Amino acid sequence: MSGPQGGTERLSALSIQRWTPLSRAFTGGALALAAALIFVPVLLSANVTQKLTSLFILIMIAVMWNALAGYGGLVSVGQQAYIGIGAYGTVLLAHQGLEPYAAMVLAVVLSGLVSVPASYLLLRMKGGQFAIASWVFAEVFAIIVTLRVDLGAGTGISLIELNRYGAADRQAFTYWLTLAATTITLGLIFVLLRSRLGSSLQAIRDDEDAAASVGVKVMAGKRILYIIASTGCGAAGAMTLANTLFIVPSSIFSVKWTAFMIFMVLVGGLGTFEGPIIGAVILFGIQDLFADEGGWYLVGLGMTAILFALLLPRGLWGTVGERFGIQLMPVGYRVRGLGRTGRSPTGVAPADEAAVSRAEV
Amino acid sequence: MTWVNAIIQGIMLGGFYALLACGLSLMFGVMRIINLAHGDLAVLGAFLTWVLVDKTHFPLIVSLVLALIVMFGVGWALQRVLLERSLRSGMLIPLLTTFGLGIVIENLLLEAFSPDVRSLGGNAGVVTTASWRITDQLSISALGILILGVAIIVLGGLHLFLARTSLGRAMRATAQDPDTAELVGVDSRSVYARAAGIAVVTAALAGAFLAIRAVVDPSSGPTQLIFAFEAVVIGGFGSLWGTLLGGFVLGVAQTIGAQIDPQSSALAGHLVFLAVLAFRSGGILMARGAEA
Repeated sequence: MSGPQGGTERLSALSIQRWTPLSRAFTGGALALAAALIFVPVLLSANVTQKLTSLFILIMIAVMWNALAGYGGLVSVGQQAYIGIGAYGTVLLAHQGLEPYAAMVLAVVLSGLVSVPASYLLLRMKGGQFAIASWVFAEVFAIIVTLRVDLGAGTGISLIELNRYGAADRQAFTYWLTLAATTITLGLIFVLLRSRLGSSLQAIRDDEDAAASVGVKVMAGKRILYIIASTGCGAAGAMTLANTLFIVPSSIFSVKWTAFMIFMVLVGGLGTFEGPIIGAVILFGIQDLFADEGGWYLVGLGMTAILFALLLPRGLWGTVGERFGIQLMPVGYRVRGLGRTGRSPTGVAPADEAAVSRAEV
Repeated sequence: MTWVNAIIQGIMLGGFYALLACGLSLMFGVMRIINLAHGDLAVLGAFLTWVLVDKTHFPLIVSLVLALIVMFGVGWALQRVLLERSLRSGMLIPLLTTFGLGIVIENLLLEAFSPDVRSLGGNAGVVTTASWRITDQLSISALGILILGVAIIVLGGLHLFLARTSLGRAMRATAQDPDTAELVGVDSRSVYARAAGIAVVTAALAGAFLAIRAVVDPSSGPTQLIFAFEAVVIGGFGSLWGTLLGGFVLGVAQTIGAQIDPQSSALAGHLVFLAVLAFRSGGILMARGAEA
């Protein structure tokens, strides 16, 4: 476009920017909203509290699945393994006499611990092979639970230890714990994606081989994502147990969880920070309206996911954010001074810009 | 003797898994796609055969052949409508669309046929009941031998087809490099669609055999996908004979597991699969030094 001299002039006119007034306002607003949500159990009905708890769980698993697929390129069909481990881990620990909420927190740690050796096994595979191998991994845990009579075998088990609290207290504690877990999860992913590691992860997302060739430690990046995503799903499992009080292996280890995660992330926007949250809110609404439709509801979810994958692969947020150049929770960088600010049409540039700015620092 | 029996039953079961797996292996070999709807397509084939038998009262074999012809069309359409577009958007999208398709098929079957189990065993005639009694504890069922025989014929046929026919050569050429294959006059879109058609036909055939030797219900698909995948991985990706061997190993692991505890049959298979993944990730046929 321009000669070498012009190029230098142009470069000096460029500046790298992360925050915009809009994203500052929005991120501040999000923090304020999280703070305001603390008062829900006090001010609103038990029904609303329980529903919001399940919304937070959906947000958590959507964000976790997006971390794997959207940034690590890992399509897992087996994250329900950790949802089940989080739930059954809580039951096991509470049976040992541990205070049930402490058991939940420990079960979350346990999920993370299980995912470390699992990552060494499963991350040897790529693409579809990783997808099914992770599914087999989940099946193994489902079968082990159905073989254990002390865990209720196939007929399920309830967390009776929670009965020591009154219904209203229980609901409120579970809600606060879920709110805290969701906020921590979102905060962690936000900080992670903005860190040096985040730039590597976004580079892996854009082109794994190219990232490796410039020295990004691809395997380490993927392992960190896998462990975080598994710990987060463990939290979602423990919270699901506390929210519903009763679990059956065939539903807590069900591949339907994966179907939900894929739907939320595809509809909201794969590889964006805001997308999965939007997808979770949409699924939450759909569940409320259509869950009684049984099979047809899942047919609709499957068809919608396919259509989004084919026609709008960047999802609602990816498409809107790209068109208007907005990032409400900025994890990338913006280059000011070019003809057009904001994300490039391919979505590749933000990672490259990130790499450039890192190199200059 | 019960162990010998378990191994023999396992090998016959393994023939079934190899038949179930070869389509998965073919699609991965030619299009580099792992079709996550493979198991649900097998179940769809079984239900289609069941409907034809039920509504037209044609003999099972005629209904099966009709169903397989329809399923070839389903595979063709799957490639043209869904996978072709998916493949253009990178490696992630085909996984997501085939997973979505699996959910759609499973729940459409559920709405159309209720969650009840169905069997074609009653329509298959004497083959389902006949067996050769070797000793008191050892008998070989005619159906087991039939399925094993069909599996060997299908896998051998696929092998000869890929090695000897011009379409088979075109398929291998397209698998290696679609652009170069186009340069020498291969229509890669058509080759892909035919490969998908063949893969879905083999899946449907396996699905029908599942309904003959046991039962199917709308939600049987995912388990069948997992078993098929395990057979492929144990044998090593890309080798049809490896898939047969992988099927045998998986089948024997499951029957031995069932011998120890009837509930742990699938678990034993999963554990062998994970062990192969941990120690020989290229499959049991692959030489150690060649592991990537």
